Amino acid sequence: MQEIWGGFVRAIDLIITLNAQVVEITTRSLYISLSSAFLAAVICVPLGGLIEFHSFRGKKILVNLIQTLYSLPTVTVGLIVFLLISRSGPLGSLGLLFSPWGMVFGQAILVSPIMIGLTVTALAAVSPQIKDTARSLGATEIQIIVTVINEARQAVMAAVLLGFGRALSEVGVAMMIGGNIRGYTRVLTTSIALETSMGNLELSMALGMILISISLVINLLLNRVQGR
Amino acid sequence: MRMAFLEITDLRKTARQGQSLVDILKGINLTVQRGEVLALIGPTGSGKTTLLRQIGLLDGPTGGRIIFDGVSMAGAGERALLQARRRMAMVFQKPVMFRGSVQGNVSFGLKVRGRNDGERVRSALHAVGLSGYEERDAATLSGGEMQRIALARALVLQPELLLLDEPTANLDPKSAKSIDGIIQSLASENITVIMATHNMQQCRKLADRVAVLLGGRLVKLGRPDEVFGDREVCDQMLCSSDGI
Amino acid sequence: MARKILLTALSVLALAVLCCSAVAADGARLKLATTTSLQDTGLLDLVKEKFDEKYNVSLDVVSGGTGIAIQYGERGDVDALLVHDKERELKFIKDGHGLERRCIAYNYFYIIGPKDDPAGIKDMNASQAFAVIMEKGKANANKVKFVSRGDNSGTHSREKQLWKKAGLNYSQVNSSGPWYIDAGQGMGATLNLANEKQGYTLTDMSTFMAYQGNLTLVPLIEGGSDLLNVYVAIAVNPAKHPGVNCTLANQFIDFLVSNEGQDLIAGYGKEKFGRALFSPARGNCTLIGCSDGECAAPTAASCAAA
Ligand SMILES: Nc1ncnc2c1ncn2[C@@H]1O[C@H](COP(=O)(O)OP(=O)(O)OP(=O)(O)O)[C@@H](O)[C@H]1O
Ligand SMILES: [Mg+2]
Repeated sequence: MQEIWGGFVRAIDLIITLNAQVVEITTRSLYISLSSAFLAAVICVPLGGLIEFHSFRGKKILVNLIQTLYSLPTVTVGLIVFLLISRSGPLGSLGLLFSPWGMVFGQAILVSPIMIGLTVTALAAVSPQIKDTARSLGATEIQIIVTVINEARQAVMAAVLLGFGRALSEVGVAMMIGGNIRGYTRVLTTSIALETSMGNLELSMALGMILISISLVINLLLNRVQGR
Repeated sequence: MRMAFLEITDLRKTARQGQSLVDILKGINLTVQRGEVLALIGPTGSGKTTLLRQIGLLDGPTGGRIIFDGVSMAGAGERALLQARRRMAMVFQKPVMFRGSVQGNVSFGLKVRGRNDGERVRSALHAVGLSGYEERDAATLSGGEMQRIALARALVLQPELLLLDEPTANLDPKSAKSIDGIIQSLASENITVIMATHNMQQCRKLADRVAVLLGGRLVKLGRPDEVFGDREVCDQMLCSSDGI
Repeated sequence: MARKILLTALSVLALAVLCCSAVAADGARLKLATTTSLQDTGLLDLVKEKFDEKYNVSLDVVSGGTGIAIQYGERGDVDALLVHDKERELKFIKDGHGLERRCIAYNYFYIIGPKDDPAGIKDMNASQAFAVIMEKGKANANKVKFVSRGDNSGTHSREKQLWKKAGLNYSQVNSSGPWYIDAGQGMGATLNLANEKQGYTLTDMSTFMAYQGNLTLVPLIEGGSDLLNVYVAIAVNPAKHPGVNCTLANQFIDFLVSNEGQDLIAGYGKEKFGRALFSPARGNCTLIGCSDGECAAPTAASCAAA
């Protein structure tokens, strides 16, 4: 108990004095996860639109499969992406392993099922009359999709935010793809894992508290966006 | 003879209702000339909305075909369908509004065509009696206002063919009368109008011809006086006391 | 309202992408896979600082056990290795993945255990001690336990060699009862686990020193050629893995074997721990079983890709 309290006090101190290491790691965490959420959103939201607007055989199965992948273990994704982007893998020539770009790529894959699945759900909730109205007013198929996404934008935004939250708080991909390189690919979660294993519990707690605070902000934003 | 503007041949539509398949349109044959005002009447569930959606190219038919201004829409590609749709506009029985302002709603069709013309939006709003509504949030409109905005949203496109599904059903008598005025003036601009209605007086006043639908079949087609003079039609339609 | 939120969110995202592209446009980077002991003790942080400054590059250190480090090398994912497992190093080079071995530094493994030494191994030699620990552990697992890294690291590899030397079959050892605990973690976590369980374990000296403050376990056997721990640098072979930066890797290895690098190693830890954590290879080649060519000499192999 003593230890937890001491760590807590020291953590607060590290945060309010804007400890350089803490600030650096937090910033990196944010931009890597934001980039992966952005990359995933750019691909997954339209993809969700395509799935929702086309009827094809196996659509139900596909959507079920995507929903199953919501809780894809991060280490599994880490391993698969590692094998993909390792120099000996099919995408090896890009040199993405152990770089922030690789992490962005891996996390984007990790959060894709959530973003696609929740986008499909969000779009399915839009009245089919909106589609008919847009079409009757001369919209192209793509314009129709954009219109429907715009109608569901709060729920779609929520999907993107949830993806961002998952990217920010995961450790498997960050560790396996980033390699936890100090000053380059070390982010909040991998730092916590490392510092804890090295017994630097106070720094770990400070970073953990920051992570929780960011998640809290995301959650508040989510509630706001969903109009609760 | 000049080619008809719209030619519908043996149009059929089957839809699934639960476990069973139901024929909603059972072979409709109909020809409409340019500039004509055609009223679709018939009891509820007779297939008026379904037929309008077919003409509006929103659903594919199960059988038969539609020729729009000389071009067959049966088996037409997405491009041809879009081109044809862009010469029409439709106002639904229960219109929905897009999120955002009235301005955004009325200019929707212009924007998807890559145009945006504030002046046209303004005059369309003026035509439906809702001048100055541009900045209103569309979600806060009353039912009647929505219906008129939906009409403005279609009029602003200056379509060659206007499809109206009970355009005055939600309106007070005064507003309904002004809408009737708009339809009359469209006819004088050689715009073709097909409208479904339950209002027989409106029918008499506006329509050049009346088509009577019953159980998915076209049972009578002719000038209003012919149709409403027909005892049999009157019986089937359960003519009410309003003089038909 | 919703539009405002959307706009803010979008601009934040755009900003993030800008930040990220700034990171992408960085200078030369040397990727080094290393065993945890060199990283966790902080030695490599110091080396990085000096090396980065001198060559205006960025040394990116990925740390794991020797097993995973060698795998990264075999896949061409890193430019150089810092490891401590002679057998696997030689195989790595023989298979064409690495250029040459350069002995950099050494220290000793410790066998540590509870202060009261319930198995009574003090002052035995290492393999003898292992045999005794197993015998006592099987007799009473509540009193005598052994915690293994179990992670294919260099330390784990040494542990297996010691079991073999004691005349025991490792696969029988590690399944012979609850006295043998397989941690499957890095050295630090394994030390903490051994401390909780009050068991014996094999550790490299430097990590033990770094963690000593939190531990009640004490070194019972130290020194002896069985427990010698030699750290070696190897550049990944560009003929086999065309993506690697061999020139930079050789520069790094040359830096480590230079007097400047060897002095860094010799001095590291004196301030913080009261004694050096590593001894430089310079001047001790024969003692640590490295040939003259392998020891503290500049790299000779060419970087020309085949
Ligand atoms: N998509 C559909 N699937 C199944 N049945 C449908 C579908 N659309 C319409 N129907 C059925 O087809 C029949 C005709 O419907 P339609 O909407 O065309 O009638 P209507 O003449 O417009 O009626 P109202 O005057 O009440 O608007 C109705 O029985 C309706 O339940
Ligand atoms: Mg209807």
